[in-house]
Amino acid sequence: MLSAPAATNGTKAVVSVRSETDSQQVAKRPAASSPGGGRRIGSALGRAAWWTAAVFGLPFGLLALWWVLSADSETFYLPPLSEILASFDDVWLHSDRLAADVLPSLLRLAAGFLLAVVVGVGLGVLIGSFRRVRAFCEPVLEFLRAIPPPVLVPVLMLFAGFGNTMKVLVVLSGCVWPILLNTVEGVRAVDEVLTETCRCYGIRGPARLWHLVVRSASPQIVTGLRQALSVGIILMVISEMFAANNGLGYTIIQFQRTFAVTDMWTGILLLGLLGFLLAMLLRLFERSALHWYFGLRQSQRDDGQR
Amino acid sequence: MTRAATAAPPAATAPAPAGRSGGTGRPRGGNALLGLLGFAAFLAVLEAVPRLGLVSADYLPPTSEIAVALNELLGEPRFWTAVTDTLRGWFLGLAIAVALGVLVGFVLGTVPVLREFTASTVEFLRPIPSVALIPLAVLLFGTDLRSVLLLVVYAAFWQVLVQVLYGVRDVDPVARDTAHTFGLGRWARIRHLLWPTALPYLLTGVRLAAAVALILAITAELIIGAPGLGNEINRAQSGGAVDSMYALIIVTGLLGVAVNVLARWLERAVLSWHPSVRGEGTP
Repeated sequence: MLSAPAATNGTKAVVSVRSETDSQQVAKRPAASSPGGGRRIGSALGRAAWWTAAVFGLPFGLLALWWVLSADSETFYLPPLSEILASFDDVWLHSDRLAADVLPSLLRLAAGFLLAVVVGVGLGVLIGSFRRVRAFCEPVLEFLRAIPPPVLVPVLMLFAGFGNTMKVLVVLSGCVWPILLNTVEGVRAVDEVLTETCRCYGIRGPARLWHLVVRSASPQIVTGLRQALSVGIILMVISEMFAANNGLGYTIIQFQRTFAVTDMWTGILLLGLLGFLLAMLLRLFERSALHWYFGLRQSQRDDGQR
Repeated sequence: MTRAATAAPPAATAPAPAGRSGGTGRPRGGNALLGLLGFAAFLAVLEAVPRLGLVSADYLPPTSEIAVALNELLGEPRFWTAVTDTLRGWFLGLAIAVALGVLVGFVLGTVPVLREFTASTVEFLRPIPSVALIPLAVLLFGTDLRSVLLLVVYAAFWQVLVQVLYGVRDVDPVARDTAHTFGLGRWARIRHLLWPTALPYLLTGVRLAAAVALILAITAELIIGAPGLGNEINRAQSGGAVDSMYALIIVTGLLGVAVNVLARWLERAVLSWHPSVRGEGTP
């Protein structure tokens, strides 16, 4: 029983160090944490109205502003928003583009991303667990990570041609680094007290790997996943802009080349929407996979305020 | 319990440790040697694979040939122009993004109402991939430097902004109350309370943004055709000069390493007063 509080204390320090990489934590809990700029609204209804205004006010305000400002725009490159939204329907929903372009793009992204997770976490646990392996690999990894992933598109085109394999490899080659390096850092920072506790209780092999190593590193791994996702979307689009005959990036660049400006704008909107939705999806996953971690941090915060 | 709680906050203000290679209490000399060995092994494998015919040398030339091509590149003025172009786009874009990020971050961070009302917009705009703007950049600016800047600034801005917002929020309650007690005015509070608190976060943001900015600068050159290293890679690839293509890619990797080292150095130099940096010498 003596070891339990010691273990939690130890994790606290480790976990709080990790938290700063977690840039996602930044703009969360807007209404709960600030007193509403000095305006306290008593009733629950009022607070709900305030929250709704805070969340939806600016986005809709900006959209309205765009709508009004572009309403009688004569500029060729900046068509009215009303036109863009009207053709969004025709371009994406009432055509086979959703199945013929958007779906293949997403499948390639998913394949590359999932492969990167497997490779990144696997290698990361291996490299992070052994000090010598880490020292051996570190300079090479630092160099490979520093190569901007898009320049690998021409290289992979040589190896894998123009097909799906190339695009999946491009996504993989970009996504793997943030996951790998964050896993290494996470595995390295496994709390010593927990490690020793595991040793005392004779937990080893796959159980140790899963319950101690991967679990302790998971906040870091998720940070890596988030970075990897944004890189992955970029690479998905770029690989299709470079060489493809279908896909979201290909379609958008095709619209641009044929000066179908309104259609191009719908593509930009769709891409933005996809980026946002995928980030949301990852956050949902994060919420459910890391709920223990957020609970731990919350209780730390409460402790700190006491 | 209170002991752990009081121990946590100083650590929480430290700049992000992700990717930091330094550790505590390990033999540095032996590690450097192992690292060198690792790099040598990496080069040896890349040399051996095409020589043994595992991969066609048309796709992956042996390292020695790439080194020769790299050496030739270094003598060409055209190459240096490309490097200058890339670095110009990177630096200008980064500078604009940092200035904007700091300005917007401090304004939004210090006025709670603004912060509350912009949070959702920031969360919505941030994940939008900057490459979505490529077609727009091409139409508006062609292969101009402004195309590169549009992409670089958009991508780097969010990194800085988010870190600044996070940093401004992290003000120590005791320090804030102290500033209040001493009757510090708005500007004095920003200068002596908010700025030092946010600085470690800002520099983390700058480090992340610097890496992203380089990626986007080279991507813009690669896809749009703006002058620079990315465009050179494209030319080398379409011209069948595979070895100089690899040489150029190595150069972009070296640039990336240089950017990381520079950002780390900046972090240390600017934060020499900060506990997280001062504390590293003494365990």
